[in-house]
Amino acid sequence: MGRGSTAYRYVVLMAKPYWKWGQICRALSSSVPPIHKEDKVKRVGIKKILIANRGEIACRVMRTAQKLGVQTVAVYSDADRHAKHVHDADEAVHIGPAPASASYLNASAIVTAALETQAQAIHPGYGFLSESSQFAELCKQKGIIFMGPPSAAIQAMGDKSVAKTMMSAAGVPVVPGYHGEDQSVLLLQAEANRIGYPVLIKATQGGGGKGMRIVHSESEFSESLASAQRESQAAFGDSRVLIEKYVSQPRHIEVQIFGDKHGNVVHLNERDCSVQRRHQKIIEEAPAPHITSEFRQRIGQAAVNAAKAVGYESAGTVEFIVDTLSGDFYFMEMNTRLQVEHPVTEMVTGQDLVEWQIRVASGEVLPLQQDQIKLSGHSFEARIYAENVPKGFLPAAGLLHHYHPPAISSTVRVESGVGKGDAVSVFYDPMIAKLVVWGQDRSAALIKLHDCLTKFQISGLPTNIGFLKTLANHHAFAAGDVDTHFIERFKPDLLPVPLVKQDDAVPQETRVGAALAAAAISTTSSRSKEMGSKGFIWNSELGFRLNHEYSRILHFDWKPEAGDVPLVPLALRVTHGKLGDYTVEGHKLEKICITGKQVESDSHEYRLHVNNKSTSLSLVQFHQGGVSHVDLWEGERHHQFTVPMPQFDTSDELSGEHRSSGGQHERNQVQTPGAVIAPMAGRVVKLFADNGIKVKKGDAILVLEAMKMEHVVKAPVEGWVRGCKIEVGQQVSDNTILCHIEVGILEMN
Amino acid sequence: MARILQKKSCRWTYNLWEDFAAASLRSSSSKQRHCVQTEGCFHDEQHHALASSSGSSCSSSSSHADTRLCERWISLESDGLCRRQDSSVATGLGEADNLQAFHQLYKETPKGILGVGGFGAERRWWHKSQFVRAIRYSGNAAAAASFGGWRRAFMSLDQDLNILRDDVDSKSKDFVENRNAMEELLLDLRQQVEKVRLGGGSKALERHKKRNKFLPRERIDHLLDPASPFVELSQLAGLELYDEPLAAGGIVTGLGLVHGQLCMFIANDPTVKGGTYYPITVKKHLRAQEIAAQCNLPCIYLVDSGGANLPRQADVFPDRDHFGRIFYNQAQMSAAGIPQIALVLGSCTAGGAYVPAMADESVIVKGNGTIFLAGPPLVKAATGEDVSPEDLGGAALHCKVSGVADHFAADELHALAIGRKIVQNLHLAGVTNKAPQDCFKSVDEKIREPLYSTEELHGIVPTDRRKSYDVRSVIARIVDGSEFNEFKKLYGTTLVTGFARIMGQPVGIVANNGILFTESALKGAHFIQLCAQRHIPLIFLQNITGFMVGSRSEASGIAKAGAKMVMAVACAKVPKITIIVGGSYGAGNYGMCGRAYSPNFLFMWPNARISVMGGSQAAGVLAQVEREKHKRDHTTWSAEEEEKFKAKVMDGYDKEGHPYYASARLWDDGIIDPADTRKVLALCLSACSQTAPQVSSYGVFRM
Repeated sequence: MGRGSTAYRYVVLMAKPYWKWGQICRALSSSVPPIHKEDKVKRVGIKKILIANRGEIACRVMRTAQKLGVQTVAVYSDADRHAKHVHDADEAVHIGPAPASASYLNASAIVTAALETQAQAIHPGYGFLSESSQFAELCKQKGIIFMGPPSAAIQAMGDKSVAKTMMSAAGVPVVPGYHGEDQSVLLLQAEANRIGYPVLIKATQGGGGKGMRIVHSESEFSESLASAQRESQAAFGDSRVLIEKYVSQPRHIEVQIFGDKHGNVVHLNERDCSVQRRHQKIIEEAPAPHITSEFRQRIGQAAVNAAKAVGYESAGTVEFIVDTLSGDFYFMEMNTRLQVEHPVTEMVTGQDLVEWQIRVASGEVLPLQQDQIKLSGHSFEARIYAENVPKGFLPAAGLLHHYHPPAISSTVRVESGVGKGDAVSVFYDPMIAKLVVWGQDRSAALIKLHDCLTKFQISGLPTNIGFLKTLANHHAFAAGDVDTHFIERFKPDLLPVPLVKQDDAVPQETRVGAALAAAAISTTSSRSKEMGSKGFIWNSELGFRLNHEYSRILHFDWKPEAGDVPLVPLALRVTHGKLGDYTVEGHKLEKICITGKQVESDSHEYRLHVNNKSTSLSLVQFHQGGVSHVDLWEGERHHQFTVPMPQFDTSDELSGEHRSSGGQHERNQVQTPGAVIAPMAGRVVKLFADNGIKVKKGDAILVLEAMKMEHVVKAPVEGWVRGCKIEVGQQVSDNTILCHIEVGILEMN
Repeated sequence: MARILQKKSCRWTYNLWEDFAAASLRSSSSKQRHCVQTEGCFHDEQHHALASSSGSSCSSSSSHADTRLCERWISLESDGLCRRQDSSVATGLGEADNLQAFHQLYKETPKGILGVGGFGAERRWWHKSQFVRAIRYSGNAAAAASFGGWRRAFMSLDQDLNILRDDVDSKSKDFVENRNAMEELLLDLRQQVEKVRLGGGSKALERHKKRNKFLPRERIDHLLDPASPFVELSQLAGLELYDEPLAAGGIVTGLGLVHGQLCMFIANDPTVKGGTYYPITVKKHLRAQEIAAQCNLPCIYLVDSGGANLPRQADVFPDRDHFGRIFYNQAQMSAAGIPQIALVLGSCTAGGAYVPAMADESVIVKGNGTIFLAGPPLVKAATGEDVSPEDLGGAALHCKVSGVADHFAADELHALAIGRKIVQNLHLAGVTNKAPQDCFKSVDEKIREPLYSTEELHGIVPTDRRKSYDVRSVIARIVDGSEFNEFKKLYGTTLVTGFARIMGQPVGIVANNGILFTESALKGAHFIQLCAQRHIPLIFLQNITGFMVGSRSEASGIAKAGAKMVMAVACAKVPKITIIVGGSYGAGNYGMCGRAYSPNFLFMWPNARISVMGGSQAAGVLAQVEREKHKRDHTTWSAEEEEKFKAKVMDGYDKEGHPYYASARLWDDGIIDPADTRKVLALCLSACSQTAPQVSSYGVFRM
């Protein structure tokens, strides 16, 4: 229980609402003796770490490392050569081709990179190798510190059934159930009674809901069991079942825990990650809503016990399933890594978990003791994905033509590994960014979340921002009435409604949006500053005309968000007024008078006065895949338009013969399709085909030499060579028929 | 070196050290407080010494009792090192108005550590981010960076000098009357232009549209960069000139941008008499080419014309400035490196065929575009050959066989798109004629608007042309910041001369303020020479009844003085633009760069009049001649008859002096709204300032 001279106490210096994550003033303290136990663990001053990950988490780890003066090494695949995490790192090592299996999952390459760059430790981030016990073991063998739990702990928690057994032995509540081999009906019935209804009967081999039955009372049991067994037998050839407690309205609550090499473990409160789609979290929050401090303490203690049971070190998360009806919680699994959603915990505790990881890895005791960990305010994290929401949240990929996150502040964090112009590739997770906000309480944080989502501008690929906005605005979410079925429960409210009729269905705000976009485009000088002179006047007097007003029609196509509805064309007439004002007219649109301009030249921000109301908006134009896009953010709305491009029919140009009245022009003699014609005057230097020889289309017939150049004359069609009277060395004149290729003979044969 | 922040509210002094190591706390004595370095210029020797000895670059601030001067000073030091301070800083305690200054300082402090000491008991080390936070959250954001007070060693001599003050009262009865009259003229002008823009009438329009063709102005709009300015020339050409209406003279010409490149557009209007060339059409076409040659502008010909108007061939074909001159000009311009681009969107028959043939690069539209020396009827008559227009001279023939055209367009829009591409690929065409970069160094980047509304020009010009007004009121509404640096203000006061800027571009302005006297003419000649020597473009604002007559004038050698001015105008090789803002009579027209003196552009206001002399003067002279004739013949000529005679002469003069009459005959390049004058001048100046400057040389000045 000694106290090292380098032991730090973390003091949150500023008054609560203003603490800035990661900027924790450190002061030497001499008053409070630490309660943490401290074993004799060898201290390693970590000076350089390798981050075996990519994207936002790599950038996130680097930021803390740089703050602490620790050198960073990034690793990258072919696809990430120009990625942000490579750019941000002090050094970067190439580890393989784009597919993760050959690069970010290539443990030996990563360890080699660490050894080569003399990095003392590896931070695995999340995903990839973060929960690979072999990798942890490999690191240990090579003498590299793995910033995570010991491999034994990873292994134990990796095996679900082992983990459950261990947990229940350690007194951590697990979902009550029967997993035994004895499948007699009576025993199963008795087990079900013991567990308490409702229970879930699952096929042991099960999956996809087959052989699964929910039983609400004892009387239903035997019948349900029989049908489940039948179904299981049919589907998997195995009628064995298991029985578990059924949680009808489950919440997903997880506890952030932290352990050091001295055997100390603390928890940093819980997070609620109930709102999920495709079994992936999209909005997380801390603390969990509607939770008493007594419950928090119980669940936290359970998590600490779980961690201690496996000798846990570093950051980890114990996931629980919480029955909203009974208030019971059961151990689900433990994630032996830093989670994607760790920032919400950081925001409400004022701690930097990556810093903790680095300190713990270097052998220090935990910076704070359990009673020093405070909980302040409320924090949300929204994950912004490149995905197609109406198509069932299908992942998308593409280029970020425009990326403009809200301004970061002490209460707003944006974690991202990409920037404008970067690609979201198909090789990795399509997460673009994490938006983390903090507020005094849940409703304040929610307002902030919504506001920041509104200001989060991405164009070039489909994202879930609109969906997140709707979600953040939803009354049930605002009430904290969350469970894992939330999105399914409120699907009609959350997903865009497909339009029925085309024209009538264009919402008025879309028409106004198009008008605003038209006006904003009109204020922009799209021309390059050419002609050498600075301030070339012709670039500034937009739409100037003598003695009349200039008006033009801008065409947009609007794509409704939902479903496969065809594009709706919108046409706007913009008239340039004399005094720099614009009048926009359109179908079903009242005349709008707009003045204003770009905030700065080359900026995407505009300040427009629309019918005497001043509003800010952002407009982005870009070309992608031959289509011109216009994206507009105005108030809460994000309008997406494309600009139709004229298509020119150039087939005439490409087609061979010009339709002239026959025989008029020497160059265009009446020719049969099989005629082989000399394209220029020249000498025959080689002859490949003789009469009667079969040639394919494009086969060489002969070679002409003229102007010191050889030119190969090819067969125009497939067929038999006929009428060839050419000899090598013969001079032929321009346009003479050299021979014929007869098609007919071929057909007869 | 010490940088001091002072905070009045709590009487702390924060000494900010750049280096943590040097952070022994010092009390803030006035001596070591400041160092000022702005663009290498030290304002105080003591501080100079301090700054040098510390060897560090110092951010700085200053205070001034005179905040206006201070602002001026800061605007001079545009690198942002200086910050404005409230004058109360002189007391040593900065007023808390300037968080920005602190932020700047904060950014510049390299090590991120601010040493904080104070008078109070609290002495701590703060991280600079916390320091900022402390300030941000200390309630009223009260923290100031104060650096003590001293005064600048110099004062601005540039401010507010030569700004035209004027006392035009926009509520006065005269003003309102004038404005109403001008607006009536403008309304009529816009109606005329609107009529002209409709082209050759609804039937012709309909026929045209049916062929999938755009109207000439639509064609130009498609070619232009989106929202590019377009200065259409001589909109009223051909107005009431022939028995039949000839909208815009059957051809649309003007200046606009394509891919940022200023181009001259010459577009036939096939809805007007089939796009055939009337004499005025030829004149307008040649005028556009003249401007293009003068300004080194690529020409884009949108060809859709039936060739020369046959009934009027005598006035179209044979003379020097007739049809043939078009191709001569094309050859000359092409030789000079000015790109000639032809888009064949309709027929190009006979002589017209040479427009694409003479062009550097040409495009032809499938179906509508044809080029041939003789159309099918003539071919039939001459050789008996029966051939369709498409086969005789269509796009396919010319692109694939004859090589007369270079690009094959599927439709008109495609042709216009190809036209834009051609301009995009012009690269350095004509670069050898272009003005070098140095020529633009005196152009202001920041444009100052005039202090007075340009719309007020409507009310300044009196309805009665005999009434005089100060032309400086016009200048004040045209030039940047209404700043007019007048030259020889007190000499020859009936001619106003001086330097100004129009949208950043330097100009010399010569404007009439009454009858030209000997002195005025001499002053004008002097000023024009001055501008020519300095390569400053000249703007002439004509409102001139003529040179002074009478024995005293003649004796003073007014003819000689006028000749000097005319010589100077004729020989000055700088861009010249003339605006006739009032009367343009007699030799005054010459001295003030009338059409005969080839100004690069000449525009008229709707109220202007142009003739050899005023109508009443002419009537008087002619009446006197007539009276003497009657006297010689011993016939009687009653006063009534004389009045009638005079009225007839005056009517004739009034009609022929009207801007519409002038514009219809291309004596000008268009009639403009006085409120547009500034813009038109700026655009035209910019257009004619692109060519390399030339050296002026003069003939013999009669001394």
